[in-house]
Amino acid sequence: MNSRLEVQRNILDFTLSSLLRRKAKNSILILVFTLVVFMLASIIFFTNAVKREAVAVLKNSPDMVVQRLSAGRHDLIPSEYIGTIKEMKGVVSVKGRHWGYYFEPAASANFTLVVPEDGGEDGKIVTGKGVSRTMRAGEGDILPLKSYKGEWVVLAIKGVLKSDSELVSSDLIEISEKDFRKLFGISQDSFTDIAVTVKNPKETLTIAKKIKESFPDTRPILRSEVLRTYDSLFNWRSGLLLLIAAGAVFAFIIFAFDRASGLSAEERREIGILKAIGWETSDVIAFKFWEGSVISLSSFMAGIILAYFHVFFAYAPLFEPVLKGWAVLYPEFRLVPFIDPFQIATLFFLTVLPYTAATIIPSWRSAVVDPDRIMRSQ
Amino acid sequence: MILHPSIIALYLSSFISLALLLYSCSFAAVILRKWDIGSGSELQLSLERRTYLISVILSYLFFFQLLSLFLFIYTADNLHNLFSGAMCAAGTLNVNQYGYPVLVLKIVNFILAGTWLIINRIDIVAHDYPLIKKKYSLLLFITPFMAAETALQTSYFTGLNADVITSCCGSLFSSDATSITSEIASFPSLQAKTVFYISMVLTFGSGIFLYYKNRGGFLFSILSLLSFVISVSALISFISLYYYELPTHHCPFCILQSEYGYAGYYLYLTLLCGVVTGAGAGIAGSFSSIGSLAQRIPVIQKRLILVCLSSYGLFVLIVTLKMIFSDFILEGY
Repeated sequence: MNSRLEVQRNILDFTLSSLLRRKAKNSILILVFTLVVFMLASIIFFTNAVKREAVAVLKNSPDMVVQRLSAGRHDLIPSEYIGTIKEMKGVVSVKGRHWGYYFEPAASANFTLVVPEDGGEDGKIVTGKGVSRTMRAGEGDILPLKSYKGEWVVLAIKGVLKSDSELVSSDLIEISEKDFRKLFGISQDSFTDIAVTVKNPKETLTIAKKIKESFPDTRPILRSEVLRTYDSLFNWRSGLLLLIAAGAVFAFIIFAFDRASGLSAEERREIGILKAIGWETSDVIAFKFWEGSVISLSSFMAGIILAYFHVFFAYAPLFEPVLKGWAVLYPEFRLVPFIDPFQIATLFFLTVLPYTAATIIPSWRSAVVDPDRIMRSQ
Repeated sequence: MILHPSIIALYLSSFISLALLLYSCSFAAVILRKWDIGSGSELQLSLERRTYLISVILSYLFFFQLLSLFLFIYTADNLHNLFSGAMCAAGTLNVNQYGYPVLVLKIVNFILAGTWLIINRIDIVAHDYPLIKKKYSLLLFITPFMAAETALQTSYFTGLNADVITSCCGSLFSSDATSITSEIASFPSLQAKTVFYISMVLTFGSGIFLYYKNRGGFLFSILSLLSFVISVSALISFISLYYYELPTHHCPFCILQSEYGYAGYYLYLTLLCGVVTGAGAGIAGSFSSIGSLAQRIPVIQKRLILVCLSSYGLFVLIVTLKMIFSDFILEGY
C-alpha cells in the first residue's frame, strides 16, 4: 500500500515540475479557469447571501397580510373588515396599515411612506438613510412633500433610521396617520391593507381560507408565500445569469479540450521518453490525472477566494444591478459572509466536472502514443 | 421548472456522464464481438488501448455519481421551502412521482458502477484480460439504468413547480399512514434493533469465515446487500430517532442537515462503501477458478472483505455509541 502511495507521490512531484517547466502556457489556462470559477461563484455567493438577508428581514413581518382587490388591482380596504377578521378564532391581532409610494421629482426617486404602529407625531417624520442621502436633509431639516391636491405639506425630520436596517429602511419615511391621509386624500375609514397575526402557525392557512370566504374581494398573502416568492425570484435570477455565463464556460471547455488535444512537440517527446524508460500507459494516465487535478483544483480554489472577496468585501460591483434588481434609492448594505458545502459542490459540478470530461479523451490519447513512433518522427 | 443553480449542475453532470457512458458503450459493443487476445491485429491493439480509456472514464463516473447522489439529496432539501407542506428533502422528493425513483436509481447506479470498478481492478491485474467480456457486458447492462436516471431526473426537475402542496416529512414518515416507509417506521424498535444487530453479526461471521476459510463468497455478498437494506431501514425505524431525540420523527434526510452535525453523510458513506466492497468480495470469489487469477483473487478478496467489514463496523460503532450515550430513551414509549 505504502509503495503505491509512494509511486503516486513521485508522479505528482514529476507533474508539478513538468507544469512549472511550462509556466507561461499553463498559467494562461489557470487564469482563464480561475476567471470562469470566479464569475460563477460570485453569482452563487451573492444570491445566497441576499436570500438569507431577505429571510432575516421577513422574519419580523406579519403572518398574513390581507389586501383588497378591485378590478384585479390592489385597492384600499374598508375598516369594517377588521372587526370581522378579529372575531375569527385563532386570530391574535388585526391591524390596519397605511403605506404608499411618493414620487419625488427632484431626486427622481420613489419613497415608501409608512405610518408607524404608534401612529406617529403630526408634522414630524423619520427618514431612511437613502432618503436623507438623496434629499441632503438630516435631523432638524424640513422636507416638503406635495399632496394629491398640489399643496405643499411641510414636514420636519426628527430623526434618521439607523443603517443596520438599511436593506428595508433605505427609502422609508415614517409619517403620522393624519399627515398620510392629508397627503394622499385617503378617507378615515380605509387602510392600505390589514396585517393579521395568528396564534398557531399551522392555522394560518385555515384562517386565510376563512377570510377569503367572508370577503371574496380580498387577497390574503402569507409570509411563507412571500418568502417562497423571494426564493424563487433569486433562484430564477441566479439560474438565468448562470445560463448566460454557460456560454463562457462552454468557450472555456473548448479551449481546455483544444489545449489538451493539441500537445506540443516537446510534450509529446516527454511522454515518448517516459514510456521508453519504462512508464506504463497507466502511469502516464496517472500523470495526466494529477496534471488535471492540480490545474482544476488550484483554479477552483483561487476562483472561490476571489469571488468571496468580490461579494463580501467589495459587494459584487459586477453583478449587483442584475441580481438585486434596480432602484434609484437602492440601499447600501453589508452582506453577511456565508458559504456552505452545498454551494461549493454546485460550483464544483458546474466547472471542474465539464473540464475533467473534456480532457479525459485527449489525455488518454496522449498516454497511449507509441514511444517508437514519437522518437522516429523527431 | 425551477432554474436553481444546483439543478443546472445536476443536469450537467447527468448529461455529461451519460454521454461518456454511451461513448464507452460503442467500444464495449466492438470489444464483445471482436476481442481476441491471441490476435495481433491493428483492431485488437486499438481495443486494448481503449480499455484504459474506459477504465478512466468509469472511475471518474463513479466519483461523480457519488457526489451527485449527495448533491441531489442536498438540492431536494434546499428546495423544500418552495413547496408548501414540504419540510425537508422527503417532502420535495414527494412533489411528483419521479422524486423517489431518481433517488433509488442513483443509489443502484452507484453500487453498479462500484462493482464494475472492482471487476475492472481484478481484470487488469491478470495478464490476459480474463474478465473483459463480462466487464463490458456489465457496462452495457449499466447504461440503460444511467439513461433511466437521466430521463427521470429531467422529468422530476421539469415537473417541479413551486407552491404545489405536498405532504411533509412529518406525515410521510409518521406511523399512521400505510406505505412501505411508514411500515418501516412503525416496526417495533426492539425487534428492529434485534434484526439490525443479527444481520450485522451474520455479515461479520460470514466475512470472517470467508477471510480465513476462503469459502462462502456468495453468501457474504448476499448478506452484505441485505445488511445494507436493513441498515437503511434501521436508520428510518430507530437510529434517526436518537439523532433527533424525538420518538415520532423518522426522516432519513434530516440527519444530513447541519443541525445534526452532518451525521447522515458519514453514516451513508460507510454503508455505501460497505455494500460495494461486500458485493465485490463475493463477485471476486466467483472468478477464482480462472487460471491467471487463481493466485491474485484471495489477496483482492481479503482486502475487499476488510474494507467492507471495517465500513460496516464503523457504522455499527457510531450508531451504538450514539444510542448508548444519548439522553434519549426510545423504549420508554
